[in-house]
Amino acid sequence: MTRLAHHPISEPLQEASAQEASAPSAGFPDIERIRRDFPILGQRVHGKRLVYLDNGATSQKPWAVIRAITRYYEQDNANIHRGVHTLSVRATEAHDAARRTVQSFLHAADAREMVFVRGATEAINLVAQSYGRAHVAAGDDVLITAMEHHSNIVPWQMLCEEKQARLRVAPINDRGELLMEEFERLIGPRTRIIAVTHVSNALGTVNPLRRIIHLAHQQNVPVLVDGAQAAPHLPVDVQALDCDFYVFSGHKVYGPTGIGALYGKAALLDSMPPYQGGGDMIRSVTFEKTTYNELPFKFEAGTPDIAGAVGLGAALEYVSELGMDYVAAHGQDLLTYATEAVGAIPGVRLIGTASQRAGVLSFVSDHVHPHDLGTILDREGVAIRTGHHCAQPVMDRFGIPATARASFAVYNTREDIDALVEGIAKAHEVFG
Amino acid sequence: MTELDELYQEVILEHSKAPRNYRRPEATNRSAEGYNPLCGDRFTVFLDVEGDAIRDIGFQGSGCAISRASASMMTQSVKGKSKEEAARLFEEFHRLVTGGAKTPEERTILGKLAAFAGVSKFPVRVKCATLAWHTMQSALEGKQDVVSTE
Ligand SMILES: Cc1ncc(COP(=O)(O)O)c(C=O)c1O
Repeated sequence: MTRLAHHPISEPLQEASAQEASAPSAGFPDIERIRRDFPILGQRVHGKRLVYLDNGATSQKPWAVIRAITRYYEQDNANIHRGVHTLSVRATEAHDAARRTVQSFLHAADAREMVFVRGATEAINLVAQSYGRAHVAAGDDVLITAMEHHSNIVPWQMLCEEKQARLRVAPINDRGELLMEEFERLIGPRTRIIAVTHVSNALGTVNPLRRIIHLAHQQNVPVLVDGAQAAPHLPVDVQALDCDFYVFSGHKVYGPTGIGALYGKAALLDSMPPYQGGGDMIRSVTFEKTTYNELPFKFEAGTPDIAGAVGLGAALEYVSELGMDYVAAHGQDLLTYATEAVGAIPGVRLIGTASQRAGVLSFVSDHVHPHDLGTILDREGVAIRTGHHCAQPVMDRFGIPATARASFAVYNTREDIDALVEGIAKAHEVFG
Repeated sequence: MTELDELYQEVILEHSKAPRNYRRPEATNRSAEGYNPLCGDRFTVFLDVEGDAIRDIGFQGSGCAISRASASMMTQSVKGKSKEEAARLFEEFHRLVTGGAKTPEERTILGKLAAFAGVSKFPVRVKCATLAWHTMQSALEGKQDVVSTE
């Protein structure tokens, strides 16, 4: 497959004007062409067509990303910010360009507000350790919600333990929606920071961020948004949201593992102490005193994952070319279709039925344990996640040890969901 | 038989639906909790031990079909055995589910437990099959901590 073989954006746009939008997917990029962009999807698993529905854990990578990384190592590799030689200049430029791509993906005002990190987890730890340790004291509150991923719980627990602060948890209802009155009541004079997920990885709930952030800002409390599950599915505009921090992982948005981004408002990042010490994060060092580098380098100690950043840039360009509106609409179409199809199977109960959902469908069956279902589906070529999804408090809230979770991406089709439904039926036969 | 049929043998399905000794024996004097964080399987194994003999054994908790059936069949096969015999059974059972104990002679000691041979084709399910056994061993050793497969 060559790069010339597909232009995800230009031709479909012409189709759109020619055909006029009728069906929900009319005029959108050709799904078969999108599928061909992802080489891994061509394989068979246990003799069956691979149906990859574990995108919430990590997404597959398009040629654009694989090639960008290869090209970087073949042609441009050098360390950044340290050499006058040509390769170092090229590598530095590629790294800077990737940062600007992340900036425009999140619609941030300034590339200095984008800090490269290993992923959502590291970004949250950075904020907890830097902003948190500077601002949270004994008797203060940190507020999270009952639907957080462990990586948006544990860093705050560690901080609260160290500072003798209280971790408060806003509850959710049986549909998996945040109880806004309770949430509002939990914001008090001692609340120092609020950390909330944009989209729940276990329930699919999309949180009402604007309202959350508005309420928090009324009390002068900054808000960190965990965008790990939102970035692959929803257009994100950090300025319109007015969030103070936004974090996501590249590997869930078609990029490589090991790279992600932290967005922070420049004024906040400026006021924060560094997270790690080392090279690149300093302006000058003597044994008496170190002057820290400017943003964002103050938070990027050591040689970063340059190829990872290049790959992330390519991934975000890829989805931006498809158009995040298309990506969101395609995801909603699949989720609606899957909700109806899976929800209609006798003995199946959906976990997470919020009015606003994105990307993931969690469910349990009366007849088959999620783990057995996962094994049986795998033999059908269908990859799903089973377990607690690093959200044990969510499982406890629903009184279940685990769920089965199908999560979607741009290359999934309704046939993929049909395969899932058939697989579940097969499992019910085995356990009938 | 497909690998899937071998994994979900009739006897395994049957035990998973109607587990035996799913109770706490009244004379319980040892117990331990086992937990597999990966899939959320959680069982408590209860023992009535006198001297070297396992007089009674039961279990409670929740988990996948493999872990439930394994717990159920384990209770049947170790009841009335000595601690040493139980430990030896576990050793053989572990060999079986990890791909050893291939010949019928090697499997005679296992009896009905040989039905779990299919697990060896599903390495990620070995932990399910052995959770109850690890938990029993821990109860026999009188350890207080929750046994975790991780
Ligand atoms: C909602 C949410 N937050 C945070 C994370 C952590 O992401 P990572 O492991 O890439 O740091 C995940 C990933 O599973 C997630 O789903």
